[in-house]
Amino acid sequence: MDGLIDLVYSIPLIGLVLQFLGYLLATLPDIAPITLRAAVPIAFAALCGVMCERSGVVNIGIEGTMLTAAFVGWASGVFLLPVLGASAPIVFGITPVLLIALGLALLSGLLVASVHAWLSISVRADQIITGTIINIAAFGITGYLNTLMAKTSPTGAGSFSPLTTPEGIKDVPILGWLVATLLAQGPLTISLLILVIVLQVFLFRSRWGLRTRAVGEHPRAAETVGIDVIRLRYRNVIAAGGVAAMGGAFLSMEATASFQQNMTAGRGFIGLAAMIVGRWSPLGAFGAALLFASTQGLGQSIKIVPPAGQLGEILGSLPGQFFDALPYLVTIIVLAGVVGRSIPPAADGVPYEREAAS
Amino acid sequence: MAALSRIWGVVAMPIISILLSVIVGSLVIVAAEWLVGGTLEFGLAIDAYSALISGSLGSFNAVVNTLVSSTPLLLGGLSVGLAFKAGLFNIGAQGQFLIGALCAVIVGVWFRESPSIIGIPLSILAGMAGGAAWGFIPGFLKATSGAHEVVTTIMLNFVAIAILAAMVAGPLDAPGSPSPITLDVGNAALPVIIGRNGHIGLIIAPIMAVLYGFLLYRTTLGFEIRTAGANADAARYAGMSPRFLLVLTMSLAGMLAGMAGAFELLGVTKNMTASFGTTVGFDAIAVALLGRTSPFGIVLAALLFGALRTGAAAMQIQAGVPRELVDVLQATILFFLVASPVIQRVLRIRGAGSGLEDSTAFAKSYGGEAGTR
Repeated sequence: MDGLIDLVYSIPLIGLVLQFLGYLLATLPDIAPITLRAAVPIAFAALCGVMCERSGVVNIGIEGTMLTAAFVGWASGVFLLPVLGASAPIVFGITPVLLIALGLALLSGLLVASVHAWLSISVRADQIITGTIINIAAFGITGYLNTLMAKTSPTGAGSFSPLTTPEGIKDVPILGWLVATLLAQGPLTISLLILVIVLQVFLFRSRWGLRTRAVGEHPRAAETVGIDVIRLRYRNVIAAGGVAAMGGAFLSMEATASFQQNMTAGRGFIGLAAMIVGRWSPLGAFGAALLFASTQGLGQSIKIVPPAGQLGEILGSLPGQFFDALPYLVTIIVLAGVVGRSIPPAADGVPYEREAAS
Repeated sequence: MAALSRIWGVVAMPIISILLSVIVGSLVIVAAEWLVGGTLEFGLAIDAYSALISGSLGSFNAVVNTLVSSTPLLLGGLSVGLAFKAGLFNIGAQGQFLIGALCAVIVGVWFRESPSIIGIPLSILAGMAGGAAWGFIPGFLKATSGAHEVVTTIMLNFVAIAILAAMVAGPLDAPGSPSPITLDVGNAALPVIIGRNGHIGLIIAPIMAVLYGFLLYRTTLGFEIRTAGANADAARYAGMSPRFLLVLTMSLAGMLAGMAGAFELLGVTKNMTASFGTTVGFDAIAVALLGRTSPFGIVLAALLFGALRTGAAAMQIQAGVPRELVDVLQATILFFLVASPVIQRVLRIRGAGSGLEDSTAFAKSYGGEAGTR
């Protein structure tokens, strides 16, 4: 058996591909949890994008919204910890301090999104420019406050922790692995899984979803049947800010317990690409986010457990930075391959102007 | 009178936006200090701004430093501005800047012992070619597949950072150096023409601004670029090729940003570390918007942001105010520019434009059907 595998693996080129697939299969249980965690902020960003763009508002300020929320979540923990004191968590590592900090992070997301909503819906400014302004502002203000706070070497309020699953269940084949991958996660990751399904159902099966899609496709027609286009867009964009904020909070309150300058590192934009590749549907966007994140999982896995044989030699000779660039490269390639067949909502990015009453 | 009011229409909103952002900046300084340090100190804003001004304009050397940091901003602003004129949003100036600098250092180190007359032009050309190639990619992708340049250029920025880090730590690493750093460019360094570090790019960059204006307003190509930017369908019916113009404009924009990278490397740092690269590409967006994509406006905006970046270092040391204040100021200036219809109503200003009128068509082509037909 082993001899046969070696023989197949030694075929030029095809052998390499097979070696790679073999490595993928062997390490999948390890890669899957890493991939899911890496996908969380990207997927939150993508869901935010879906909610905005389905109602016809382009939001490239997701990156800035996430960064702001990441900072606010961490910083409020720093400020609240001496006031409320540390307490023992019951489940998920949730303490009162963390809970309030998360609330404030979400609030900051709503606030930033309100600015974007006002500029793009009421002022009718170009939505790409307003998004850029939000990104620059978020980068500046979080960097500014972070530098100021770093002087006092602050202590954060810690982070949420994964759910501990019962010991025995991990030994059950497949089911155990599924539970360990999907449920042994922090509260924000689990919220994401729920949110993806809820949004998917609501967007295509509820009155809100129908109205949102109508406004995104043909706002004038929607207005004629009595939908308040402006109000619906405001609501969607602001609520979506809260979704993006969860992605930001994940970075500083679940994945790590600290804030770093510009820690979103383009995830908001990868989220936008995931939204496009996922054809503006929540499930599709989540799938695309997983795809983009899998490159990160694979990169980490290769660093820790390099594959054996010829494949290992080739991958080992690549500089480590190759794997840092991989998520971005894959995003570009997939986007270029898919985008032609992925059609955005018709009124996407077009500010709505009510017809003058005459 | 008519001429005066036309000038007022052009400059009013930028000036008002700058003034308002200074006020917001002071509020941020005082409020942040109160929040983090616990002291309410109104003088701090004045200290910060005076350190900012003396650090950027207070002495001959400070002025030269301001000009030196304005140079890449000017070229970057032209890069973003040119793309704006064609209806494209080049957030990728940062990546094009980095790849330009990388190509310049590769050629510069290669010719470090050759006569300057060979090494300098070749290094600059290499930087321009590198930037143009990095701008060509998103242009080509958009023209062929419709992938929106906002996403692809941002992704390419991160790819550029990774390539740069890999090259500096790998093949370009100077032998025997403790941390990854390339060799010095030696004879390929730009000659200093004024003060301690005022390199020759200080003259070339404004010349590029003139060429930019000439290209856009005095040539057929410029007319076609502007037409395609204003209305791709009209351009197509008039027999132009919007797809070709798109790829060409992105490549030219990349070339300008790459030139900025080459000047920064050959004239300022003269070697490259993994942390090379500032926020030039992002400042460039603010420069292009504040300068209303006009060559003269971009020169003025580049000088303003160059002064801010230069003075920010002094501000951080003397007043203890973090240099990220400049990003805050930048964002608020743009915010007030974008919100100018509202600002004008509130302040009762008449006849002023926001300056963003001819750059309001990016979002409409988002998601990618434009340019694929």
